[in-house]
Amino acid sequence: MTLVLTGCVQSQRDDTDTGDGDSAAPSDVNSTFVFASSSDPSGLDPAFASDGETFRISRNIFEGLIGVAPGTADPAPLLAEDWTTTDDGLSTTFNLKSDVTFHDGTPFNAEAVCANFDRWFNWEGLAATESLSYYYGALFGGFAGDENALYESCSADDELTATVNLTRAFSGFIPSLSLPAFAMQSPTALEEFGADDVGGSEEAPEYSEYAEGNPVGTGPFTFDSWSPGESVVLQAYPDYWGEQGQVQEVVFRVIDDPTARRQALEAGDIDGYDLVAPADTAALSDAGFNVMQRDPFTILYLGFNQAIEELQDVRVRQAITHAIDRDALVTQVLPEGTEVASQFIPPVVNGYNEDVTDYPYDPDRARELLAEAGYEDGFEIDFNYPVNISRPYMPNPEEIFVALSGQLEEVGITVNPVSNEWTDYLDLMRGSADHGIHLLGWTGDYNDTDNFVGVFFGSTSNEWGFDNPELFTALSEARQLPDVDEAGARYQEINEQIAQFVPGVPLAHPAPSLAFNERVTSYPASPVNDEVYNLIELSE
Amino acid sequence: MLRTIGRRLLLLIPTLFGLSVLLFFWVRALPGGPAAALLGERATPEAIERINEAYGFNRPLPEQYITWLGRLLQGDFGNSIETRRPVLEEFINRFPATIELSILALIIAVGIGIPLGYWAARNHGKLFDHISVGMSLLGITIPVFFLAFMLKWLFAVQLGWLPTTGRQDRGVDATHFTGFYVLDGFLTGEYDAAWNAFIHLLLPALALATIPLAIIVRITRASVLEVVNADYVRTGRAKGVSKQIIRNRFVLRNAMLPVVTTIGLQTGLLISGAVLTETVFAFPGIGAFLANAIFARDFPVLQGFVLFIAVAYALINLLVDISYSIIDPRVRIQ
Repeated sequence: MTLVLTGCVQSQRDDTDTGDGDSAAPSDVNSTFVFASSSDPSGLDPAFASDGETFRISRNIFEGLIGVAPGTADPAPLLAEDWTTTDDGLSTTFNLKSDVTFHDGTPFNAEAVCANFDRWFNWEGLAATESLSYYYGALFGGFAGDENALYESCSADDELTATVNLTRAFSGFIPSLSLPAFAMQSPTALEEFGADDVGGSEEAPEYSEYAEGNPVGTGPFTFDSWSPGESVVLQAYPDYWGEQGQVQEVVFRVIDDPTARRQALEAGDIDGYDLVAPADTAALSDAGFNVMQRDPFTILYLGFNQAIEELQDVRVRQAITHAIDRDALVTQVLPEGTEVASQFIPPVVNGYNEDVTDYPYDPDRARELLAEAGYEDGFEIDFNYPVNISRPYMPNPEEIFVALSGQLEEVGITVNPVSNEWTDYLDLMRGSADHGIHLLGWTGDYNDTDNFVGVFFGSTSNEWGFDNPELFTALSEARQLPDVDEAGARYQEINEQIAQFVPGVPLAHPAPSLAFNERVTSYPASPVNDEVYNLIELSE
Repeated sequence: MLRTIGRRLLLLIPTLFGLSVLLFFWVRALPGGPAAALLGERATPEAIERINEAYGFNRPLPEQYITWLGRLLQGDFGNSIETRRPVLEEFINRFPATIELSILALIIAVGIGIPLGYWAARNHGKLFDHISVGMSLLGITIPVFFLAFMLKWLFAVQLGWLPTTGRQDRGVDATHFTGFYVLDGFLTGEYDAAWNAFIHLLLPALALATIPLAIIVRITRASVLEVVNADYVRTGRAKGVSKQIIRNRFVLRNAMLPVVTTIGLQTGLLISGAVLTETVFAFPGIGAFLANAIFARDFPVLQGFVLFIAVAYALINLLVDISYSIIDPRVRIQ
């Protein structure tokens, strides 16, 4: 019986078998799961990646020491069963899960853990630049020889105990390890396929053989093949330590165009896709497809550039905030499941302040404030927004712009629309002071407040155009608090401090939608996209 | 003849050189750079600076150009910034897909366009003529992406006859060695694979063929109308030459010259048409890749691909010129 079942599952087209089999893999289920990605992965080595499509794949191949509690953004045990950190926050000892092997047979143990930490720390040259090792550089302060480097050393105390020492405390250390960039990779494979040989010249960096086609982790799926522009295929790892699940083969089909993804789902060519356009969710639902929302882990904001004279007056910034009807925005143009924002972090993030000062929709108050600031007749301002782009926090910038500019005109502010294509737009926001109020946002990587407010308001920037040393200092101090609760309390204060300063309007926390074929009865939707396909349930 | 071809090929060198200069400076004149595209929301000025430093984008432009040209002369087109693979390899991997698509589109455009244009001319002023002219006008004006979505909606979503995206289904036993999937299927005897690849080609090829098809109908019609009324045709008829000979030798052969020119031009344009069509059908050819490279400011890919496409375009034009002398002995390329 088992033999018949296995054969059936692998050929995945044979539906004549009526074996009553076990419940995990009913024999009449097509165990190939096809998901549409919006692009190829940037490579197969997650340590050298920072994009969502790469991580979507690597989350199925690799596992980190720390995982994410299902449905939340909170860190949870994964390859480390538990851990203890010394009071000074400098040293963390991880107790590792036993009987775990990498896909190539290499045992997962303390030595493998240290090999990974040492690998990251010792990168140099091109490997140590943002385009490759963005996350390590950003979170671990730097590499071997850098004064700022956070990592000091790693020791394998015994087979299943590893201790990582840091040069200073970092409250985000544990949660950051849930990022796919810090997943555990097989030291044998890393060496065999020259993972760190990001060779080529400076102008023409080249991925290693490892990142091109030999990624080896401990996750429920092993790498099978990658045809650039077409698909990436994974197969179930028979010796996986955890639950294997129903899915035996995963195909990530590259479909760049959003409408083409929808049509592929409707035609039955794929089982699901991500970031469903808000305009499509209702139609797909009505047609019988399963549409689900992730809990939002995003923030969409209207930023103020204080290099603009009018915006230097806090009353004007408050007036704009009062002029905006966030409830209307959310119900009119943002996807289902979107929450109205009161601050620059989503509610599930540590440090969320329930009692933060809010500026409710009140056009009369807005006009009053403008008059107080000397703009009885309003003023004219550039409103920048990007076009032809959809981000998880901003699925439809054009519509958001239209909704907001209408509200601003109501209180007498004349909006001068300035739109740009995405890369130009980013350049304009980050590289120059030549912009006014603008739409932008962020999708969190893991549960760390600094990953939101620290990124926005940690130092002077062209985007915001203000210098607020008190805020900068508060953020830099909070970052170094070793205790999560203590840090949470500090961040609540900081969120209030930001609310008083009104650097921009936190608009909403849009919820990214996924759509699936009817046969997908359960999908492990996660606010931080920690979605591993052995947990998918299929009905046919 | 051979000398002519040789000379035309030699002339290609200064053309390509000029193009390389234009391309190099033109892509760098685009606002935004690859660093912003790579980093997305995280593109702080410092991070952009460090990446530009690492890739050499902050060096003086002439210096960058000379470095690039030097490598180019050694056959090194650099690596894609997005995928980090050699540009030449990316092109070679994707070009067969685009060629396969273009050939089918061309077969559709020529195979339907010439007979349709001919019959429209022969039925000049009648209903069939009006319908053909009307349809071809629609073919030229309808936006390709809209047509592509409608074709998919009808044939894939509603009727379920054809796939919406891709080149070949997974699970089909297929051996690939030429990169032309239909051809591979025939060569290896895997007819299922060939058929599967063929049905994947149909919708994108139809979408891609619309504009050339419409243009070919119109040119053929106009050209046939002109020739049909020519003196030598009238003389031929008066002398009692058979209808068949009149049609094939007198009319069609003479009417074909402008049509062949048009086909040549349209073949070159198919490659740019593929940019849109391939994106909509997630068809992994050079078009979709190039579209993405423009968006990502992937300089090496833009420079390399446009050069390769220019070479292909020049070669197609050369073929068109050669075919003139076959169709019309009066034309001597000398």
